[in-house]
Amino acid sequence: MNPTRKRRLIIVTSVVVAAAIAIGLTVFALQQNMNYLFTPSQVQGGQATQYKTFRLGGMVKAGSIQRASDSLKVSFIVVDAAGAMPVEYTGILPDLFRDNQSVIASGRMDGARFIATEVLAKHDETYMPKELKDAMAKAHENRKIDEAAAKDPSP
Amino acid sequence: MANWVPLWLHKLGSPPIFYRFAGIVRPWALTLAILAAAVALYGGLVLAPADYQQGDAYRIIFIHVPSAWMSLFIYGAMAVAAFVGLVWRIKIAEIVAMESAPIGAAFTFITLVTGSLWGKPMWGTWWTWDARLTSELVLLFLYIGVIGLYHSFEDRRQGARAASFLVLIGIVNVPIVHFSVNWWYTLHQGSTVRLVGPSRIDASMLWPLLTMMAATKLYYVASLFARVRAELIASEGGKEWVRAIALGEDARS
Repeated sequence: MNPTRKRRLIIVTSVVVAAAIAIGLTVFALQQNMNYLFTPSQVQGGQATQYKTFRLGGMVKAGSIQRASDSLKVSFIVVDAAGAMPVEYTGILPDLFRDNQSVIASGRMDGARFIATEVLAKHDETYMPKELKDAMAKAHENRKIDEAAAKDPSP
Repeated sequence: MANWVPLWLHKLGSPPIFYRFAGIVRPWALTLAILAAAVALYGGLVLAPADYQQGDAYRIIFIHVPSAWMSLFIYGAMAVAAFVGLVWRIKIAEIVAMESAPIGAAFTFITLVTGSLWGKPMWGTWWTWDARLTSELVLLFLYIGVIGLYHSFEDRRQGARAASFLVLIGIVNVPIVHFSVNWWYTLHQGSTVRLVGPSRIDASMLWPLLTMMAATKLYYVASLFARVRAELIASEGGKEWVRAIALGEDARS
């Protein structure tokens, strides 16, 4: 390789490496602030106390959804592996909202309850036909129990 | 390595040879792209069954996901061409890099729009500032920045060189877009189709998706080659080979 090209190669490569390091460090420094949401156990662990409003993410506990008969008020419990938090919301929920659905609620704390101003549903990355889902439902249930057992290490 | 590979690549670096090569490949790529897209749309919109949880609304993945892949793939191709252009000053490489940018920007725009249309019924919002959505928006701005910087110079090659640096600095964003769903909590779901390990999608839905991926790749080749040919004719205006082509066109009409 002739010297001019070699010099260019070194310059171009070092510019790219420098940019990568600069952006990498910036992203790393922002890591704490870049989280889109907090889970119930993180909130209960005091990680969200500095924020007046924040996003709470987790799964809707099965059977915990209670709708008021005379308004759009809904209350439910959001859980993660190690925590649970009651949530209150007034408004229209997305189509996918139901038991065991991952949801992200924005709002603020009111005592031990979370008052949501917006509830979003997070759909998962699995796509399959409905018939297959029904056929697999039982196998899934078994796997879920296995996973829950595996995920439940006593510290 | 066989000797003919570098020789062949070296020959492709010559504008008249690339012009002819692109002219032969382009119609084939375009025909195959249209055929593959038609098959994929039929497979995805008619043959594939509805999703167990999203119903028919999931069918937007047959546009959204291949476009998203292309938005990253084209950026990668553009960065390789920009790198070759910067170090070896090969004119074709600079042109390929610069003419890739508008195509990549179009795919990124389609990704953002279809994702937004999907987000409203599924998530409950058009837009949210999570890591995946934000980094994809940054990708669109990078493409627009490259196009703008390239055209802000009087001299095309000087513009290409400046824009190539922007391309190479922006490449850092590509892994951020791809891994954002693993690195941070996002509203956007994780990757469905995986190179390593089993994909989380049924085979009846996967094949239209992969066919559409092939269609978008072929379309990129066809569109890129058309653009590069036009740019070559424009920038090599006074050269002998361009004059020969122009005379041939004159004789035909």
